[in-house]
Amino acid sequence: MNAPQNFDRGGRERLVVIGNGMAGCRAVEEILARDPGRYDITIFGAEPRVNYNRIMLSPVLAGEKQFEDIVINPAEWYAGSGITLISGDPVERIDRKMQSVIAASGRVEPYDRLIIATGSDPFIIPVPGKDLPGVVTFRDLDDVNKMLAAADAGGDAVVIGGGLLGLEAAHGLSLRGMKVTVVHLMPTLMERQLDEAAGWLLKEELERRGQTILTGADTEAILERDGHVAGVRLKDGREIPADLVVMAVGIRPSTLLAKAAGIEVERGIVVDDHMVTSDPAILAVGECVQHRGTCYGLVAPLWEMCRALADFLCESPTGYSGSVTSTKLKVSGIDLFSAGDFSGSDGSEDIVMRDAARGIYKRVVVRDNRVIGAVLYGDTGEGSWYFDLLKKGEDISDVREALIFGQAFAMGGALADPNTAVAALSDDAEICGCNGVSKGQVVACIEGGAHSLDAVRSTCKASASCGSCTGLVESLLALTLGSEVKSGPKTMCKCTSFTHDDVRRLILEKQLRAIPQVMQELHWTTPDGCASCRPALNYYLLCAWPGEYEDDQKSRFVNERLHANIQKDGTYSVVPRMWGGLTNPKELRAIADAAEKYGARTVKVTGGQRIDLFGIHKEDLPAIWADLNAAGMVSGHAYGKALRTVKTCVGSEWCRFGTQDSTGLGVKIEHATWGSWMPHKFKIAVSGCPRNCAEATIKDFGVICVDSGYELHVGGNGGIHLRGTDLLCKVETEEQAMEMCGAFIQLYREEAHYLERTAPWIERVGIESLRQRLADVEEVRKLAARFRLSQKYSQHDPWAERAGGKRADLHAHIAQVRPLQMEPAE
Amino acid sequence: MIGKWLDIGPVTQIEPGTARTLPVEGGEEIAVFRTMNGDCYALVNKCPHKQGPLSQGIVHGAVVTCPLHNWNISLMTGEALGDDKGCVPTIPLKMDGGRIFLLREAVLARQAAPQAA
Ligand code: SRM
Ligand SMILES: Cc1cc2nc3c(=O)[nH]c(=O)nc-3n(C[C@H](O)[C@H](O)[C@H](O)COP(=O)(O)OP(=O)(O)OC[C@H]3O[C@@H](n4cnc5c(N)ncnc54)[C@H](O)[C@@H]3O)c2cc1C
Ligand code: SF4
Ligand code: FES
Repeated sequence: MNAPQNFDRGGRERLVVIGNGMAGCRAVEEILARDPGRYDITIFGAEPRVNYNRIMLSPVLAGEKQFEDIVINPAEWYAGSGITLISGDPVERIDRKMQSVIAASGRVEPYDRLIIATGSDPFIIPVPGKDLPGVVTFRDLDDVNKMLAAADAGGDAVVIGGGLLGLEAAHGLSLRGMKVTVVHLMPTLMERQLDEAAGWLLKEELERRGQTILTGADTEAILERDGHVAGVRLKDGREIPADLVVMAVGIRPSTLLAKAAGIEVERGIVVDDHMVTSDPAILAVGECVQHRGTCYGLVAPLWEMCRALADFLCESPTGYSGSVTSTKLKVSGIDLFSAGDFSGSDGSEDIVMRDAARGIYKRVVVRDNRVIGAVLYGDTGEGSWYFDLLKKGEDISDVREALIFGQAFAMGGALADPNTAVAALSDDAEICGCNGVSKGQVVACIEGGAHSLDAVRSTCKASASCGSCTGLVESLLALTLGSEVKSGPKTMCKCTSFTHDDVRRLILEKQLRAIPQVMQELHWTTPDGCASCRPALNYYLLCAWPGEYEDDQKSRFVNERLHANIQKDGTYSVVPRMWGGLTNPKELRAIADAAEKYGARTVKVTGGQRIDLFGIHKEDLPAIWADLNAAGMVSGHAYGKALRTVKTCVGSEWCRFGTQDSTGLGVKIEHATWGSWMPHKFKIAVSGCPRNCAEATIKDFGVICVDSGYELHVGGNGGIHLRGTDLLCKVETEEQAMEMCGAFIQLYREEAHYLERTAPWIERVGIESLRQRLADVEEVRKLAARFRLSQKYSQHDPWAERAGGKRADLHAHIAQVRPLQMEPAE
Repeated sequence: MIGKWLDIGPVTQIEPGTARTLPVEGGEEIAVFRTMNGDCYALVNKCPHKQGPLSQGIVHGAVVTCPLHNWNISLMTGEALGDDKGCVPTIPLKMDGGRIFLLREAVLARQAAPQAA
């Protein structure tokens, strides 16, 4: 052995342990189990009590347990094992030369072997007010007692941090009658353990229980009144009243003692596989250590560390090689489990099962036929099985198909094939819970001619509601028809089995109001969708809930996020709106100035009657917009699935053939329709006579003025597939033309598929059906009113907002690197 | 070890599900991504297809879809996914105390030969 021997005290080596917590005591237990007589043991504990199960502080706070219930080792244990416990007397210094520790009381204790097991310290965010009375952390029994005292007085509690600890604190405090708000920096709760979908379910559940959950909320200061905490102010200016503030934003390995003693410390105290530090006489274990670069914050790894440490100290070294951890939340009634890597990496596949009716979300991440991660919400029964597969790295190819249904199903030999499993069901087994349809009924319906999923849905209603049994119905189709299954209409994307129409209908029927909610309720098979469904869902929700739905910028294509068109070299083009194609010297001067000032390399008149400035850098966009705004111009939405241009011709004001004021009407229409988001881009034109100089018959909505009024045309397209418009109807007044325009746009907005121009939409649904619906005066009035309502919320110039400083992060670099120096952005 | 890692600022500067850019004078711009569940990655900001700015793509899981022609690029390896072939260099990144650090030599690796001073 490397350590100097000292045969005092009956020849036994003196072992001193700093930290009477979970790891320190477990290490001692492990040593005693191997060689009870070997060491003369002294344990120092800063806390004035015996060793207890720290993780059970949450149930103590929640009132489910008493302190006595969570004691691991009572005083008799120390005495009976010949251990000297010095509690309530923290060690202040380690003197490595003298091989002794010095406690706060002045007590000096020599050692042959020293174990540091000081655990972690709660991280305190450095905001004003952090030291006020009433601001507590959540680490030991004293903290719990402070919280209980505050809860007795009732009032408001703010918990900063929506991780495991924070949520357990919030749960306890709310059971104790406090009004609890959780303030969390990230957009999803417990983001280290949960993906977006599970985090969202958790948030919904906690909100249902009366807690207020603020995500994406950054604390700026803790507020004071009469020397006591009074509230929390967020960076966005919101203030939340609080009689108690719990900081649960994370932990830091407690390494001060070791560092002061000159032992190697990085994030934690650096140990080898035998838990030995850079000083061979000193070992460390628990949350305070860093092993192979990792610091742990859960107990399972500590148990393994303690075994390796004891093996080493009892001279049969085995070594510790790191742990894979799993997490559960101890909030009664919420089942939640996560383990491993679920970030969705290369070559990894997600197997996702969602059961909206029962509030279940399960996701198993598989790579190279091995489970690498799992997130379970609502039903965690299979957690230990997945965790086991994960730790053992077992090949799951044989059970892959049925993996998500759980061990019993997957291990059922032949049952591993879902089709076989479905075949084995009895005829009266229920397939569709929502509509009460049995297997026998579905099979009969298929045999009766319903040869596709859609046909089954429309005949016997199976899987027509929530859709969670879609897989079962598909299996029955395959079983009954063999290979004759007709593929139904195309699904929205590979993340879902629903079509665009289904999704739009269900958003309204089920009142779905957020992307993660749609994904959960409609059984998305990926955790956070893909680049094709995210923008579609964002649009559908925006259209369904005007004024209420909060646009999700990160689900938008870059052009719509930056309000400019990206070019092949990564720069952007800027197109200000020119109402009806009209401009004036002041605007042209501002455009010319901007082109020079921001180095536009090309200035071009577009096919849409306005001017395009090319080669603008994303950092310069807010500035060029500010300049254009100053001359009265707004965004032209040349980048958006939105109203683009309203082309006009000169019309009756100048043209010798003009029958009506086509320019004026075009300008009015553009003022009424600009800013609206659509399934795809939307173009309008108004021509003053049938010579049609504005090319109105290849536009989504075209007006041809005639002596007796206005011909309204729809569904034209000059793009890839040239399509002339269909005549929708003829009206007599400008007002009628405008009303019909709004109604038609709204119908298109509400019913077309995302990325479907009006031309293919009309080809699909038929012009006749549109003519009929828009012949109904009442329907036209309602549609137009809904359009005007949604316009109330979308006619804000996005350029002005950005020029005013909103979302500066989208335009500015995070930092810049210059050779040999570094300048952080903030 | 000093100077090995470049501190590029607090992680809160990047909204989850988005990326921000880091120009390197005389070198290649870097895109620093943060996924929905908070993991961070750094890649050279150039799609292996036709140099599209990956930082402007839609991020889903640990994948970004290039804004120019929709290739899907793995944030972990820089590799194009699916049928597309190509790879963009990744920059080692670590987080400490809520700040993002990039490996200095990787950041500067793509620098043009030092200019004669
Ligand atoms: C700038 C402009 C060309 C020009 O210099 O004239 C233009 C430029 C682009 N057009 Fe266009 N189109 C422009 C007028 C047109 C027109 C003419 C018109 O609007 O009267 C058409 C045919 C009419 C129509 O849309 O029915 C047209 C049919 C298309 C199409 C095919 C659409 C289709 O349904 O088939 C695309 C591709 C797409 O949208 O998916 C497209 C896409 C594009 C994109 C956005 C390509 C892209 O995805 O990056 C180009 C971006 C340019 C930029 O960065 O600013 N552009 N594009 C015109 C902008 C008008 C404006 O002021 O906003
Ligand atoms: C409320 C709560 C709930 C938790 N829930 C879970 C859970 O569900 N699952 C899970 O796996 N983990 C959970 N944990 C984490 C788990 O409790 C820790 O991982 C574990 O306690 C770490 O053990 P440790 O011995 O390293 O540190 P600790 O248990 O903290 O022990 C360290 C001890 O050292 C003492 N000490 C520090 N410095 C000195 C000094 N200078 N002199 C003397 N003594 C000193 C401290 O006072 C403390 O008593 C939870 C933690 C908390 C606070
Ligand atoms: S016609 Fe083709 S090349 Fe020309 S602007 Fe339109 S999309 Fe680009
Ligand atoms: S440049 Fe990225 S997909 Fe073409």
